[in-house]
Amino acid sequence: MTSVSGKGVQVVGTRPIRHDGMDKVTGRALYGADIQLPGLLYGKVLRSPHAHARIKSIDTSRAEALPGVRAIITAQDMPDITERIGELGETMYNLSYLKENVLASRKVLYKGHAVAAVAATSPHIAEEALALIRVEYEPLPPVMNVKEAMTKGAPLLHEDLVTDELGKNGTQPSNVAKHFRFQKGDVEKGFQQADVIVERELQTATVHQGYLEPQNATALWGADGNVTVWCSTQGAFMTREQVYQLLDLSEAKVKVVPMEIGGGFGGKISAYLEPVAALLSRKTGRPVKVVMSRSEVFEGTGPTPAAHIKVKMGANRAGRITGAEISLYYEAGAFPGSAVQAGAMCAFACYNLENAQVDGYDVVVNKPKSAAYRAPGATQAALAVETVIDELCERIGMDPLEFRLVNGVKEGDRRVDGPAYRRIGYLEVVKATREHPHYSAPLGGPNRGRGVATGFWFNAGGPSSCYLSVNADGTVGMVEGSTDIGGSRVAVAMQAAEVLGIPAEAVKPVVADTDSVGYTSVTGGSSVAFKTGLAAYEAAQDVKRQMVERAARIWEKPVEEVESANGVFHLKSDPELKMTFKDLAARLLTTGGPITGRASVNARGAGPGFAAHIVDVEVDPETGKTQVLRYTTVQDVGRAIHPSYVEGQMQGGAAQGVGWALNEEYVYNKQGDMTNSTFLDYRMPTSLDLPMIDTVIVEVPNPTHPYGVRGVGEVPIVPPPAAIANAIYGAIGIRMTTLPMSPGKVLEALQAKGKRQR
Amino acid sequence: MLERLRVQTLVNGEEIEFLCEPRQSLLEALRDILKLTGTKEGCNDGNCGACSVILNGRLVDSCLVLAAEVQGATVETVEGLAGPTGLHPLQQSFLEQAALQCGICTPGFLMAAKALLDREPHPSEARVRLWLAGNLCRCTGYDKIVRAVLDAADKMEVARP
Repeated sequence: MTSVSGKGVQVVGTRPIRHDGMDKVTGRALYGADIQLPGLLYGKVLRSPHAHARIKSIDTSRAEALPGVRAIITAQDMPDITERIGELGETMYNLSYLKENVLASRKVLYKGHAVAAVAATSPHIAEEALALIRVEYEPLPPVMNVKEAMTKGAPLLHEDLVTDELGKNGTQPSNVAKHFRFQKGDVEKGFQQADVIVERELQTATVHQGYLEPQNATALWGADGNVTVWCSTQGAFMTREQVYQLLDLSEAKVKVVPMEIGGGFGGKISAYLEPVAALLSRKTGRPVKVVMSRSEVFEGTGPTPAAHIKVKMGANRAGRITGAEISLYYEAGAFPGSAVQAGAMCAFACYNLENAQVDGYDVVVNKPKSAAYRAPGATQAALAVETVIDELCERIGMDPLEFRLVNGVKEGDRRVDGPAYRRIGYLEVVKATREHPHYSAPLGGPNRGRGVATGFWFNAGGPSSCYLSVNADGTVGMVEGSTDIGGSRVAVAMQAAEVLGIPAEAVKPVVADTDSVGYTSVTGGSSVAFKTGLAAYEAAQDVKRQMVERAARIWEKPVEEVESANGVFHLKSDPELKMTFKDLAARLLTTGGPITGRASVNARGAGPGFAAHIVDVEVDPETGKTQVLRYTTVQDVGRAIHPSYVEGQMQGGAAQGVGWALNEEYVYNKQGDMTNSTFLDYRMPTSLDLPMIDTVIVEVPNPTHPYGVRGVGEVPIVPPPAAIANAIYGAIGIRMTTLPMSPGKVLEALQAKGKRQR
Repeated sequence: MLERLRVQTLVNGEEIEFLCEPRQSLLEALRDILKLTGTKEGCNDGNCGACSVILNGRLVDSCLVLAAEVQGATVETVEGLAGPTGLHPLQQSFLEQAALQCGICTPGFLMAAKALLDREPHPSEARVRLWLAGNLCRCTGYDKIVRAVLDAADKMEVARP
């Protein structure tokens, strides 16, 4: 770990033990599936065995007759709702599509699409009941990738879907939901100025977020019409919004209690089980818990889009990019709304381009509706751009990091889609990468290669709320609304502690339900340390103001006379007269009453994050297996509030990227069935697959946050597939253009190369 | 209603008796019958290790053991790891090394690591990685988990008389 650290702070930048850690290492922390309620029933969901079929009839009578079964629901039990488009963290959602995804009414659009649900006295009985539900399907041919989906005469998923073609609605139904374009300069002119042009076509696979905790929801529909939902969600308020709209209730009728969350990575924003559990509870009058199996998670929840990408980039001999264009075809899954828009904005975001064009296509296919996954859309695009840049560098004989220093973005430069950067740290990241000993270390063996790649993510802000209450012992209770997926409680609490001049441990954070804290947007977009950190900072300022007033009242002096620094209040005129935060806290009740602080913010000006990764691999020529030997991540985080959890995000993102690059994919058969929906066959990296992952934290403070926070979590997944592809090229001289670069694919490529050379 | 079986077992040093259906797994018995929800379910088919417990001194996935099989056995779960005097060194190291993010895999990793250190007090990094390969973590990239286990081994060495 290397850190370029900030000054003038006491708590920020230190590594206290997280507040929720004790509960999490002793098994006491309560996750969604851990909830136990009196009279609890267990729900299970019946899912489509077909990738594409019309539902002709559903007969639940035999299942209803099974002893222990208490209720069965289908889409008919969902209320009629009006069309509406809403924001879903990092993507958008269309309410009628969401409803159809929660329980299919007319057609099933992927294997695993929910069609009915049962509540019973035990999960085993509920499962037995599923087998007794008779659904008559009319199977239809599935379309399983963008090429198939865009072929003329392809089977249509949605007969009423027409293409939004550059802002104009098409006239014929299509599987292409949208085609949009970003342009800057004149790309043809740019290519004419190029000395070298590289053009490639690439393909990435459908991969899953792979959180270890399956989706779950428990609901109680009270006799008074109030609904309580306990669940694993990245945003309790976002879940509330989806639930009340889908159930056609008023907002305040629904309370969402966010339980501890066992990973999300973007996959726990959309509602799946919450409305189902609520409807089952309404029918039974009892609380109902529904927990997905691992196969249901793979087959029924959002993976990230597979992408087909065409990219062309040109550069001159001086190493300047003269023109660049990319077409991104992303699989939205069963319903429109892939992350292609974000991918298109990220594609060239690391480079200051004069002439560029980006085309994006959102294409529906018979796979689960895609969801956000860590820097949604960016990794696919980075694979294309960063490997083509590697090839350009090779052709013009330039060091790839030097090339990035020549073309990299800085303050004032504009992305292709328009926005201009404020202070950013791309060049600082690239320089730190070049200076890292890893970059110049010997590879030390045959069949080894080193690759580098860089990446961009916007980072995000948004609405957030925080309450603080001062206790007599000098500790401070803190209520926030941001689900804590990876140590955000401590990072947020530290910012309040910094303002108040008290230790991080003296702040006691609680993540509250939707009735108990102000609106807080999702834990997504790498926003929490920024936006909820800002809310905590402002709430602490509110407390501090009142504490100063109280000190003034106790000393019978004007407020202006009292100063506060590092948790000590003193008089300007008499610095000897002072009180610590703790002393003052002990006197609050007898000097005017308790002090609470609050803040609600709509945090704007999130600072973009950039990362560069270096990876060494060794390819086994016998098996085609790629082993990662050494890995270094470098990232501008603005300011690392808690460096350990910043490093953890960088390491975890890199590890997910390694899986995406080398192993992970949804394997489908001809019928469109996923054939590897277990952790045995969907091969995520284990401890044996990875080395230690070195981290270099670069700190170019974000000017819009009091401590300079940018956001951390997402950009680390962006460079790995490209960096590894570049490393594999270094090892065996083959440009891999299809993910995953699994042993079989690498071996095939090696054999094809062998044949060409014979 | 299926006939229930009576099972007597020692869980975290305590004699416990419960009734279960023949088809219920040890994981279900722990979580749903005994309310010991510290042991987690990640896949229910023995591929993620979130439900790792120590059964008669052996590390097992509790989702792959039938509840009825633990008749007369000794079961250790995460709830029994900390003693009245404080946390187990592994728990302490996991906290200090920030070896957890979401925390759902943590109980399984702790039990797997304990089973390792119980038999190999001084494992190398390679041994730790091999031993923990049956436990999936999606958040950390394993770096800090491996460091925490090595750190705990050092702590326990110092504490040993």
